[in-house]
Amino acid sequence: MSESSFSRLSHLSVLEAESIHILRETVAEFANPVMLYSIGKDSQVLLHLARKAFHPAPLPFPLLHVDTTWKFRDMYAFRDRFTAQHGFRLLVHQNRKALAEGMNPFDHGSQKYTHAVKTQALLEALAMHGFDAAFGGARRDEEKSRAKERVFSFRDRHGQWEPRRQRPELWNLYNGRIDTGESMRVFPLSNWTELDVWHYILEERIPVVPLYFAAERPVVERSGNLIMVDDERMRLKPGEHPVMKRVRFRTLGCYPLSGAIESSATTVEAVIDEMVNARQSERQGRLIDHDEEGSMELKKREGYF
Amino acid sequence: MDTALQPTRDIQEFLAEHARKELLRLVVVGSVDDGKSTLIGRLLYECDGLFEDQISAVRRATAKRAAANEGATHTSELLARGLQAAASAELPREEEIDFSLFTDGLRAEREQGITIDVAYRYFSTPRRKVIVADTPGHIQYTRNMATGASTADAAVILVDARLGVLPQTRRHAYIASLLGIPYLAVAVNKMDLVDFDRVIFERIGAELAEFARTLGFTQVRLFPVSASKGDNITRASARTPWHEGGTLLGWLESLPHQRRQDEAPFRFPVQYVLRPHLDYRGFAGQIASGTVRVGDEVMVLPSQRRTRVAAIDTFEGSLQEGSAPFSVTLRLADEVDVSRGDVIAHIAQPPRALQRLDAMLVWFGEQPLDGARRYLVKHTSRTVPATLEKILWRKDLENLTEVPAETLSLNDIGKVRLVCKRPLLCDPYQDNRTTGAFIVIDALTHDTVAAGMILGAAESESGAPTGSLVTARERRERLGQRGGVVLLPEAPEAEERAFQLERRLFDQGRHVTVVRGDTEVALTLAETGLIALLHTVAPQARRALRDQLRDAGLGGVELEPSAELDGWVRQVQAAQEKDS
Repeated sequence: MSESSFSRLSHLSVLEAESIHILRETVAEFANPVMLYSIGKDSQVLLHLARKAFHPAPLPFPLLHVDTTWKFRDMYAFRDRFTAQHGFRLLVHQNRKALAEGMNPFDHGSQKYTHAVKTQALLEALAMHGFDAAFGGARRDEEKSRAKERVFSFRDRHGQWEPRRQRPELWNLYNGRIDTGESMRVFPLSNWTELDVWHYILEERIPVVPLYFAAERPVVERSGNLIMVDDERMRLKPGEHPVMKRVRFRTLGCYPLSGAIESSATTVEAVIDEMVNARQSERQGRLIDHDEEGSMELKKREGYF
Repeated sequence: MDTALQPTRDIQEFLAEHARKELLRLVVVGSVDDGKSTLIGRLLYECDGLFEDQISAVRRATAKRAAANEGATHTSELLARGLQAAASAELPREEEIDFSLFTDGLRAEREQGITIDVAYRYFSTPRRKVIVADTPGHIQYTRNMATGASTADAAVILVDARLGVLPQTRRHAYIASLLGIPYLAVAVNKMDLVDFDRVIFERIGAELAEFARTLGFTQVRLFPVSASKGDNITRASARTPWHEGGTLLGWLESLPHQRRQDEAPFRFPVQYVLRPHLDYRGFAGQIASGTVRVGDEVMVLPSQRRTRVAAIDTFEGSLQEGSAPFSVTLRLADEVDVSRGDVIAHIAQPPRALQRLDAMLVWFGEQPLDGARRYLVKHTSRTVPATLEKILWRKDLENLTEVPAETLSLNDIGKVRLVCKRPLLCDPYQDNRTTGAFIVIDALTHDTVAAGMILGAAESESGAPTGSLVTARERRERLGQRGGVVLLPEAPEAEERAFQLERRLFDQGRHVTVVRGDTEVALTLAETGLIALLHTVAPQARRALRDQLRDAGLGGVELEPSAELDGWVRQVQAAQEKDS
């Protein structure tokens, strides 16, 4: 943050200080933390904050990318370039069994697919490496069940979240006590909104995947969503023909499940401008949120982030 | 909508305004069915804190619910037809939206139509970014109300105009005052259901305001509102021409800036030691209060070593001064022993170091407070074992009197005497909301069982000391070593190798002994300055031991499984040198 804004008690600088506090607290309290890295804008902000928290030391934990193998090609390229450039330790984990059995976003429905290649894969990776705390970039403004989430979110031996049994969380005092096999999800960006995240990206010049900015991309329209045809694995339905449209993404996931929006915003300022004036929430393009009412809550209970 | 955020085409100007916004943390409290969720939904809606798709989802859900309610008295066929109608385009107009649907997010909440857990919502006004804690009104969830109130700068308390002030209203006002919230707004809600009767408003207002003033709020304001109809929330109501107090939103905007803590005494709880290489030793933390400048004379507590601040480091470079609430890294002029849980303060204004103290507790535990049970107190970045020696009184929340008590049960509030294994470096809660606050953790279940607010040192009765009169430093100087636990790797020959290691260390002049299995014994010996070589087959003990060592402020080493005896000796020596 620039000198002028740092000296003031603006809400962004207060949020930054709070997030750094949470990052340091987690590293001090846990034996083996990890940061979930999804390559999205929130991950980039979280990673930037982590660099600030431990500067001049290197990050005291590795990054973990739970890879469904269906991310956009641009995301993989960005991930490899960015992590190599900063020398971050990057772990990539896939649910090999499910993928070997042919699990894909077309045949199995987004529920089953997400459970296998994201939730299951995450739990597998956490168990395999013995991670006892995992940072995530989730924000409370994203979805209603996320608004109920604690900063330190306790998960039982099966990685499950029980909303009725959350630990009360007071002041900035986080209870990091767990037994062997239990773990904590930690959300340093809890109090940030989508606007805060973009504003911070602008002020701090944080690099993000180019897919967030408008460009001509091949898309098909499918039940009201613009789905990008990112590679040859995309299954086109009869009568579907990809057309070039000027689009960008507000949120990035698996490409067959991420809806694009038509846009001409090619800079961070333009993205913010569009967001402030267009009144659609960022997750409306997330197909997995809309399976049924309360679907995010159910996924979270099972261990989804 | 006049004061709400309007979209602007000039994005530079918009961002400049956004960057200037101050953070305000607000808690909204009240009894069940007083309309908290509706009020918050209304605030979000009118301050553009919601998106189109969220709004249309709620419009659909409102229609569906209305159809279902209508159908409930008819046949299932009618219900189906009602649902069909809801699914088609017959969406309700703005004034008919069920605003509570914007906030109740959990399935159990929608099923039961109540708020179970605290939720946090966000909206902006031209001056402020507001974080709203939406808290449950139900008595069994008082703990969640306290959770929301702990960080709040201001509170809104709702009262149903038809029911007036209820015991629960008093409880909530009391908890808000106990947690140090200075500004209170009383929203007398559902005024539309009492025909906006001024007399009713003034009667309720007078009763509650008088009560609230006895609790010591800096400011109490009253608003006649209808959350469902939108009166006096963001828009002044034509139906209350007699009300001159403005709108709730106007009040939120006019509140003094969040309490600045940069004028208070400087407090820096050390969170984490940064040691990327031998030439850099920085103490990372968030400034809890006050301001520090390069060159300031400071004291490290509890050791009371004095030194100067050599640098205040951030990612962007070094600063000449830093203030609360920023997260920074301090470097000190001298090589002093500082670790997590210590506090750095100016020499003239140190915090108190209290081992035996009186505090207010809000009890959250399913099991009542038990004086014989082991609890942990987490205070700033320090966690210490503690016993709850005595309950001085319990607050009767019906009439707010102090009554004798043997224990504290779920949702009870009382004054207790606490004895901590190591001193807390603290201030009274009324002077400092960060260094005066703590949580109590059950050492066995790890549940957070209470929130605590420090009043001060225990009023002395017998004067008998409860802690050892010999300090860890004195032991260290006498024995020439720092007590600690050395954990051997799990192996069939662990015991045999432990004795070999004991022999080697003893021959080098160390005071050392072997302990089998019992971590408590190892810890006790370590506290008296010995090096305890512990071998155990219980994997659970490893994790617990690490926590216990940290709580007791003792050193610990876990030996590498593959290392030879020489390697182990070097590991122990290195740990001793690092700690000395």
